Amino acid sequence: MKADPSGVLTGMHFLDGDHAACEGALAAGCRFVAGYPITPSTEVVERFASRIPMVGGVFIQMEDEIASSIAVLGGAWGGKKVMTVTSGPGLSLMMEHIGLAAITETPVVIVDVQRGGPSTGLPTLPAQADMMQVKWGSHGDYEIIALSPASPQECFDLMIRAFNLAETWRVPVFFMMDEVIGHMTERVDIPPADRIDVVERRWTTKKPGEYRPYAAGPDGVPDMVKAGDGHRIHITGLTHDERGYPAMNPAAQDKLVRRLTDKIRKNREALADIREDGVEDADVVVVSFGITSRVAAAAVDSARAAGLKVGHMRLVVVWPFPEHRIAQMAPRVKAFVVPELNLGQIALEVERAAAGRARTVRIGHAGGTVHEPEQILAGIREAAG
Amino acid sequence: MSQNLAIAADEREYPVENPVIPYLRQERIPHIWCPGCGIGTTVNCFARALTESKRDLDQVAIVSGIGCTGRVAGYLNLDSFHTTHGRAIPFATGLKLSNPKLKVVVYSGDGDLFAIGGNHFVHAARRNMDLTVICVNNFTYGMTGGQLAPTTPIGASQTTMPYGNFENPFNLPFLADACGAVYVARWTVFHVKQLTRAMHEAISKPGFTFVEVLAPCPTLYSRRNKLGDGVDQVKYYKERSVVKHGAATKEVALGFQGDIVVGKFVDRERETWLDGMNAHFEKVLGPRYRRYGE
Repeated sequence: MKADPSGVLTGMHFLDGDHAACEGALAAGCRFVAGYPITPSTEVVERFASRIPMVGGVFIQMEDEIASSIAVLGGAWGGKKVMTVTSGPGLSLMMEHIGLAAITETPVVIVDVQRGGPSTGLPTLPAQADMMQVKWGSHGDYEIIALSPASPQECFDLMIRAFNLAETWRVPVFFMMDEVIGHMTERVDIPPADRIDVVERRWTTKKPGEYRPYAAGPDGVPDMVKAGDGHRIHITGLTHDERGYPAMNPAAQDKLVRRLTDKIRKNREALADIREDGVEDADVVVVSFGITSRVAAAAVDSARAAGLKVGHMRLVVVWPFPEHRIAQMAPRVKAFVVPELNLGQIALEVERAAAGRARTVRIGHAGGTVHEPEQILAGIREAAG
Repeated sequence: MSQNLAIAADEREYPVENPVIPYLRQERIPHIWCPGCGIGTTVNCFARALTESKRDLDQVAIVSGIGCTGRVAGYLNLDSFHTTHGRAIPFATGLKLSNPKLKVVVYSGDGDLFAIGGNHFVHAARRNMDLTVICVNNFTYGMTGGQLAPTTPIGASQTTMPYGNFENPFNLPFLADACGAVYVARWTVFHVKQLTRAMHEAISKPGFTFVEVLAPCPTLYSRRNKLGDGVDQVKYYKERSVVKHGAATKEVALGFQGDIVVGKFVDRERETWLDGMNAHFEKVLGPRYRRYGE
């Protein structure tokens, strides 16, 4: 279906990433946000608080991020598309509810405008060091999806996709910005509502009594209802059967957890979004995401000017990690170069997928600013040998 | 016995004898609660309060946290949510704001609502979020085996206070009153009629309404403190309860096996959060505002 025009600010704008992300959420149909202020993400909720009274919806500033992260799950079961927004310390507080969202299959978008850590770290300066936390942070086995925008325009465009993926797969979808993308101002074009495709919730067509909340379709995803529809659902964070009732035994655990993980893992290739540039005959491939991809592109240009055969892969979807593509390339490239604003997180995935068939050169950076292109260029030269 | 099972299996063929049966998910019975536990009695009163309220049960949702009382949501035949430890209130806040037609009831224990979840209780009451909170207070953490709760009276023994509790417990009605709840009552599971009426009043009143129910935990609290079984504890409630409607909430703190002041302590009017939002935005934004939730 097409976007509800009341949330779409059609036109050409000059926006930073935080504001553009909010506009993306409104265009995607988000009508309930619960949040808690935290630098450098606060502008997202500030704009939502200012815009939503005229769009039709609710913003509430909760007492902490624990509350925000579960208020949005309540909001989803009340029938709205929902989002919460935070940065590192708040993300750490949200972990238990990421697991609850995963096991209850509640569609939710969580925006993480990354800053330097650990702990309070660098509140006003960038990092990309929460990449493993969003993948593994809550206890137990589960899967999530994570997108990494590289510009304010992508903060708008990819946010719509984030909501669509959350509704399609019923998993937490992380929107992995960073302080630079959040506060960088560029041109953002917002199309008319009738040119924005949005995915409606997977509302069941079954009648009360027939509907089983966790009976999944062929794609591994169950259809959904909201409270008040007469289905008298029971939703629990305990391991549950297709009725949603607690079923605490190894067989039920195996069936549920495999389905929660398989619905993403088995669709890894379909979910992948890799922007490739010149990888076909490359000796060295730079693998990057988010703000770092913009610096990496400059380094790749310099390396090519110096005669090196260098390709560039930008991961728009970071999780699930596109290990199939790395595995395809690994036998024919010398090395992957992985610059990221952390000391080696996604590089571990590249190494794992390459499985010894190509070197992985880490260009780590502890955060606080972005890389210098020369740092990445030096890594490319080293990799090219 | 066999006839009772048949009634449970097919209510269309056999007349329903117990008026509470339609409120329960029969396929989930038997429940997990111990013999002598008071939680089941509170559920019975709640079902009767729902009957008296004549509400459309499709528009009533129940939200629980974790613990023995946290299992209430799973047995009631309503839209029901069993959330995380301490976080039933913020989940309920999101549910209510997302779908304002719902009557949302939070049903949980004293440890869940007032230790790990205390901050959420404080803020939901402050906001006058339109929620009813029912707290079954058994003075202990039952499901984990009888540890210190924020309600444990001074002197009572718990596994993590093995020489008797020395820290001051919450006076829950005083806390709810101070934070802005519009309805505050306390009863025990001995007072089933009064409790049912209080639950009915609480779910009928807009705004943040709070009912505390004292209930025995014979397996852990009573046994460890040599207080007898569930019946003995209900006898204690009967003998030592003092009805004082309108009592000053700061005067209703509980001591170990001491007098229990019960009654309706607070019943006042305040604008709910959503009504306040709609009124405020209409005033400051005028016709640009899209009134929410109607």
